[in-house]
Amino acid sequence: MNRGAYFMSKKTDMWALIDKNKRNTVILIGVFLIFMAVIGYIFGYAYGNGYYGLALGFVIALVTGLAVYYGGDSVVLGISGAKKIEKKDNPQLFNVVEEMSVASGLPMPQIYVIEDTAPNAFATGRNPEHAKIAVTIGLLQKLNRDELQAVVAHEMSHIKNYDILYATLVGVLVGSVALLCDFFLRFTFFSGGRRSRRDSKGGGHPALIIIAIVLAVLAPIFAKILQLAISRRREYLADATGVQLTRNPLALASALEKISGDVEVLEAANRATQHLYIVNPIKSFEERAKTSSVFSTHPSVRDRINILKALANHR
Amino acid sequence: MTLILIMFLVLLAVLALTFIGIYNALVKLRNRVKNAWSQIDVQLKRRYDLIPNLVETVKGYLKHEREVLENVTKARAQAIEVNKGVAEQAKAENFLTQTLRSLFAVTENYPDLKANQNMLALQEELTSTENKISFARQHYNDSVMGFNTKIEMFPSNIVASALNFKQQEFFEVENAEEKKPVNVKF
Repeated sequence: MNRGAYFMSKKTDMWALIDKNKRNTVILIGVFLIFMAVIGYIFGYAYGNGYYGLALGFVIALVTGLAVYYGGDSVVLGISGAKKIEKKDNPQLFNVVEEMSVASGLPMPQIYVIEDTAPNAFATGRNPEHAKIAVTIGLLQKLNRDELQAVVAHEMSHIKNYDILYATLVGVLVGSVALLCDFFLRFTFFSGGRRSRRDSKGGGHPALIIIAIVLAVLAPIFAKILQLAISRRREYLADATGVQLTRNPLALASALEKISGDVEVLEAANRATQHLYIVNPIKSFEERAKTSSVFSTHPSVRDRINILKALANHR
Repeated sequence: MTLILIMFLVLLAVLALTFIGIYNALVKLRNRVKNAWSQIDVQLKRRYDLIPNLVETVKGYLKHEREVLENVTKARAQAIEVNKGVAEQAKAENFLTQTLRSLFAVTENYPDLKANQNMLALQEELTSTENKISFARQHYNDSVMGFNTKIEMFPSNIVASALNFKQQEFFEVENAEEKKPVNVKF
């Protein structure tokens, strides 16, 4: 039972991560509230009353925050084109997920399938009781039962660690704010410039230009936060916890090899959801374009595979 | 005088709080073990329910290996009857697993049976149930180890022995093949 002793020590690491994820979620929502309140204040200031705008921005942020907390998973699943399935639609997938739910002692998550032939998978939801696992058709076609189980175990670990809550909130909140920044920037600069000839009132209040500048500074920071959410440590830990469930590191290694080595592009993924996937679908695409060798372009996935292989060989 | 009294009371309060904390942690771990055991139970029952279907499907095809089928039925009945704690249950279930394995080995000789849609579906269900049983067992044993370790370690061992928390049994695997060490090391 020395194996168990190892896992006990791993558990403290896991509890620390769960706490960290919950804390980060609170910080994220706090930052979002402040951000929206400040934007609201500047808007209000531009149109007469700053505190009125501040209150409005705060309320909007609060409502959005709650909506994203409870509905963020639906948004993510919706923009990924994921469809919920029942046991009769795919008994084997259902069984595999059920096996991992038994192994982890977590409730059975809902299962979604994405109609995309590129193999990939992600998990979302606000807690283990409301967790969802989404896999692509390509994953089901290209992986064998053991590999599928390994991927589901990895996703189950994200659920257990509360990675799903943080990652989903980051995706929806930061993603939409980044989008808003993009939109707002184009709107203020381009429409301002274009309209000024025939519409003397257009071109914008100085406060709006300040907002535009602030947003221009913030947009790349938000993009960076999104990237930071793709923490390697998170993935390594989910790999390790996943192997703790299946006790089969080689199956996960070969699943990662198949997913990262696949040439198809996952059309369902975008900037706001890329960090949720087991193997980053967008990064792999960009980097694949640079050189032809799959593995040299994929350091993090190759590292993960090497670690898993080392686990299997280490006796 | 009052200072000593206050210090004494504070010390007492700290001790009481520690005691309560440890007690609650022990209860939580024990409930986790109980819950893990009920998970095994669910899967075992699922297997009992699947076996009659399997026997019914296979019966028509098997010609010479009647006793293999009878063994499965007998082992199932025995496993259902056992009601004497974890170790006995484990023994009966392991026996049932073995008889099922020999049944599946025998069915390899009947291509018609292997191609039967009903049989394929049953095989997936049973394979999955077997997997779930072993995963549930793994989860149960991990929970038992967490609980037993807590009972043995200082200072929770004091609370445990005072309030009569007992070590829980592991769900052992009898099968020699399954007993091989698992090569998972980090």
